[in-house]
Amino acid sequence: MIGGYLDLRSPLHRLPAGVKLIGLALLSLVLLPVESPLVLVLALAAVILVYASFGRRGVARLRQWLVLAPLLAAIAALQIWAASWSVAATSVLRIALMVLLADLVTLSTRLQDMMDALTVVLRPFERFGFESRRLSLAVALVIRFVPVLLANWRAREEAWRARSSRRVGLALVGAFFSGALRSADQVAEALEARGFAATGRVPGEAGQGMRPVVRQQTRQETRED
Amino acid sequence: METRALVRIALVAALIGALGFVPPVFLPIAAGVPVSAQTLGVMLAGLLLGARGGAAACALFALVVLLGAPLLSGGRGGLGVLAGPTVGFFLGFIPGAFVTGWLAQRLRLPALVSAILAAVVGGVGVIYLCGVPALALVAGISLQQALIGSAVFLPGDLLKAVAAAVLASTVLKSWRIPARA
Repeated sequence: MIGGYLDLRSPLHRLPAGVKLIGLALLSLVLLPVESPLVLVLALAAVILVYASFGRRGVARLRQWLVLAPLLAAIAALQIWAASWSVAATSVLRIALMVLLADLVTLSTRLQDMMDALTVVLRPFERFGFESRRLSLAVALVIRFVPVLLANWRAREEAWRARSSRRVGLALVGAFFSGALRSADQVAEALEARGFAATGRVPGEAGQGMRPVVRQQTRQETRED
Repeated sequence: METRALVRIALVAALIGALGFVPPVFLPIAAGVPVSAQTLGVMLAGLLLGARGGAAACALFALVVLLGAPLLSGGRGGLGVLAGPTVGFFLGFIPGAFVTGWLAQRLRLPALVSAILAAVVGGVGVIYLCGVPALALVAGISLQQALIGSAVFLPGDLLKAVAAAVLASTVLKSWRIPARA
């Protein structure tokens, strides 16, 4: 899996996540109303220079965004047809600039630091019963589940190909989804067995709802795969 | 919320992410337009988890993408997604899954028919309703142009709605029964 974070040392990497996010928001506010293609070209060139300063991996990162190129080309074609060259240039340049600028924050901030910044923002909501601990767990689970699901799919696909010359069908996809959902319930049981209670916070231990759960013996044993 | 519900939501969110990696091998490609399997996951989220659970799974997926995980089809992720022309489609996943789940539980039709209808209205209609105006706004084109530009994906999306309904009905059959150890 390609990571959103680019492990490098740069002044940008050293800035705290919150500062970068606020900076991005302010820069976006300044750059959004800009109509002059010249200013946008200069700003885009500056951003590309930052990517280039990261070396080969920075350039490779830029290349990843080429997936947007067909879409931008379609937008440009529409606008040249409906309006003018300069309008087309302005909107395509603006989109490219905003996307690459925002991606600078993503590539220079670890996912965990981003999550921590979010937790700070969400802290006021904790008094209304929101638990950032559960949100962190959910995010971690998603990130962990994706490669597991992909590996599981590949294994099933391989098993199918070894036995059949027909194309992989919907039946296999159905079996894959069923298996995945069943494994989710096993993960939930395993979590509870390890003392993670999703509901309710322990009074006096704000924000730290880990506590032993005695319900485990009423559940079936977690299956071993 | 129960741990089980939380983990199921996380798993479905991961499923939407994993579908972004799946090359469209088993989905027919309509008129040469590459069909991403991702919205299939959005429809499934609504059908499998219901309105609130489905929307929660999509919101969680969106959060993980914005935090920086490159899980959006084409390997995109991070805050750049918010500035791109497809931001409306991406954020439309959340209400899309909600409406899919809401309708699927309320339509008084044969189960498969209501699932297909719900997936078409929620997973196609609502997502386009969010995506097309945002595309028009970000790209600075008219609503009509944005709609025509997006319409090339419609045949593929409608096929996905049918696939999602069929898949959901088979999956739900085995899932409702508690797994025996």
